[in-house]
Amino acid sequence: MLSIKDLRAAIDGKDILKGLSLEVKPGEVHAIMGPNGSGKSTLASVLAGREEFEVMGGSVEYQGTDLLDLAPEERAREGIFLAFQYPVEIPGVSTANFLKASLNEIKKHRGEEPIDAIEFLQMMKSKLRLVEMDGALTKRSLNEGFSGGEKKRNEIFQMAMLEPSLAILDETDSGLDIDALRIVANGVNQLRSDANAFVVITHYQRLLEYIVPDFVHVLSDGRIVKSGGKELALELEEKGYDWIKQEAAASPAVDAV
Amino acid sequence: MSQDLALLEEVTNSDYKYGWVTDIEQEIIPQGLNEDVVRLISAKKNEPEFMLEWRLKAFRDWQKMKEPRWANVHYPPVDFQAISYYAAPKSSEAPKSLDEVDPELLRTFEKLGISLAEQKRLTGVAVDAVIDSVSVATTFKSKLAELGVIFCPMSEAIQEYPDLVRRYLGTVVPTNDNFYAALNSAVFSDGSFVYVPAGVRCPMELSTYFRINAANTGQFERTLIIAEEGSYVSYLEGCTAPMRDENQLHAAVVELVALDRAEIKYSTVQNWYPGDKDGKGGIYNFVTKRGICQGYKSKISWTQVETGSAITWKYPSVVLKGDESIGEFYSVAVTNNLQQADTGTKMIHIGKNTRSRIVSKGISAGKSQNSYRGLVKINKSAAAARNYSQCDSLLLGDTCGAHTFPYLEVSHSGATVEHEATTSKIGEDILFYCNQRGIDTEEAVALIVNGFSREVLNQLPMEFAVEAQKLLAISLEGSVG
Repeated sequence: MLSIKDLRAAIDGKDILKGLSLEVKPGEVHAIMGPNGSGKSTLASVLAGREEFEVMGGSVEYQGTDLLDLAPEERAREGIFLAFQYPVEIPGVSTANFLKASLNEIKKHRGEEPIDAIEFLQMMKSKLRLVEMDGALTKRSLNEGFSGGEKKRNEIFQMAMLEPSLAILDETDSGLDIDALRIVANGVNQLRSDANAFVVITHYQRLLEYIVPDFVHVLSDGRIVKSGGKELALELEEKGYDWIKQEAAASPAVDAV
Repeated sequence: MSQDLALLEEVTNSDYKYGWVTDIEQEIIPQGLNEDVVRLISAKKNEPEFMLEWRLKAFRDWQKMKEPRWANVHYPPVDFQAISYYAAPKSSEAPKSLDEVDPELLRTFEKLGISLAEQKRLTGVAVDAVIDSVSVATTFKSKLAELGVIFCPMSEAIQEYPDLVRRYLGTVVPTNDNFYAALNSAVFSDGSFVYVPAGVRCPMELSTYFRINAANTGQFERTLIIAEEGSYVSYLEGCTAPMRDENQLHAAVVELVALDRAEIKYSTVQNWYPGDKDGKGGIYNFVTKRGICQGYKSKISWTQVETGSAITWKYPSVVLKGDESIGEFYSVAVTNNLQQADTGTKMIHIGKNTRSRIVSKGISAGKSQNSYRGLVKINKSAAAARNYSQCDSLLLGDTCGAHTFPYLEVSHSGATVEHEATTSKIGEDILFYCNQRGIDTEEAVALIVNGFSREVLNQLPMEFAVEAQKLLAISLEGSVG
């Protein structure tokens, strides 16, 4: 589904990703962990197509096409979803209207008819239940006056509505209390299928107790320095990142699974 | 980032979609303004003596006045002697039906998306079409006549209903009210006249499309609407103008009179040529619009969607004279590229228990400047008067400006005056978020702008709300950075 090879990216002339490789297959959940400044969020931004980040080299293939060739909206229509670390507020546009516009753009791209109003409402209702979100929030301006937790839940709600093939969760757990974390994780787990894949970026092992990954990768200084199964996360929790850094310094980079 | 900006610029700089010139033979008088020109205009229109005198008085007042400079707009001085003050299509006989209308004119309307025939048949909207000063087609007249509703060109009203015109013209906006109102009074060529008799609810939206067509001809519309006791009328004005390099002056005057329990709803969709992206050309729009709630429990509501003109100077106002009368002002003003708008309203509370509501939405893009200027004045006599004002600004990008100048003059301690204001900026973060959800930048701007303007658009009659929504999207195509 996603094949990242030797990806190098910079912002404002500063190199952040320094040769990152990663293979993601349908049905898999990959966790990306790593210390602050290791390039986790940069990876998410580059995959989503944020233009501040300049791709200096390497390749990203998504479902057989060159992802880096596509505009951000084209990537989204092709099924890539980014749950933002800091979701924006959009004045005057309700979550419901926003999602309808979004859903219809994706449908148009697939050559499908726009969704009808009743079907849309029913869909919203069932997906709201999934993330235990109050329906009244969908009528308010997107994220305006939402609490941090509500914003994050709204991201997962949008993901549920848009049913992406590849979802990237950028530190969705940051700022969430344990109940919200459980709800968000529960939403993700219910959406997991053989057809889609998740890249879960997180700072802490805690989220991975709820969203159990197939693979855990440790990012350090712009490269994946260690990959393993879910137990790697526990090991990290125990030993901290310094252990990885020392190990990485002693041996060359390990390519991801 | 730079790519995003480039895209935004590209869409922002899209050409004005209503720019063309209709090739019709026109009768134009030489440039310049003096008493003889005023006399000539009056004579051309075969006006009664009282009108000529009224015009001459206005002209003499105008000569003593100075062009106002207090608005937050900047432009080189207008040479009033370089303007021709009268242009009329040459066909001399007034057409009796659409078949008699110059086909070239009809095509112009079709380009604007207003086929008279279509509207006549489908929508029930009576259209009094004004092209360069002279009305060329009037529909639905007979149906309105059955109810006693008069809807005709101002020039015709002067001939047919001189008593009504004499009684009301200039009573809301006196000839010497301001520089442009005086100029308009002296040289106005035509406009619309509406009279709704007591107790009549006008069954259709009355609509006029103004269009400035000849180069270097100022256009000076004069509109007067009178709603008698217990009557209701909704009037719509829509404007587009063809592309021009020379700046064109437009100085209209609109007067509304609402008597006891009468209601007037006046809606405007204004899309005059705003000039190109370098600020070349474009209409100067200096308009005086004012209504008086003369009677008990009367109501006047202004709704405007302003997307055009290089410079807009416009303050539709309501004088709340009758006790318990209501004034409303709903506005969306969009400026892009180098456009400048200084617009707002005045609510003058005189009667007891009078209420006013102001909802102003300013949208600025490109290098434009958008100012809201509003006055709420509560007189000593206005016991228990109430005002609510809401002024929201939306900035697209960071090279434009939004300004708010609310003035309050409260002379009665029992008044309730509320003012709320917000400013939001649509930057790259928001656009990227939309992009990431599959919504391209152009669509995102349209979505946000429509959401922002909804409260005002909702005030427009349905078919015009749709048109206005399209217009907002066209005017702002991708204007964020």
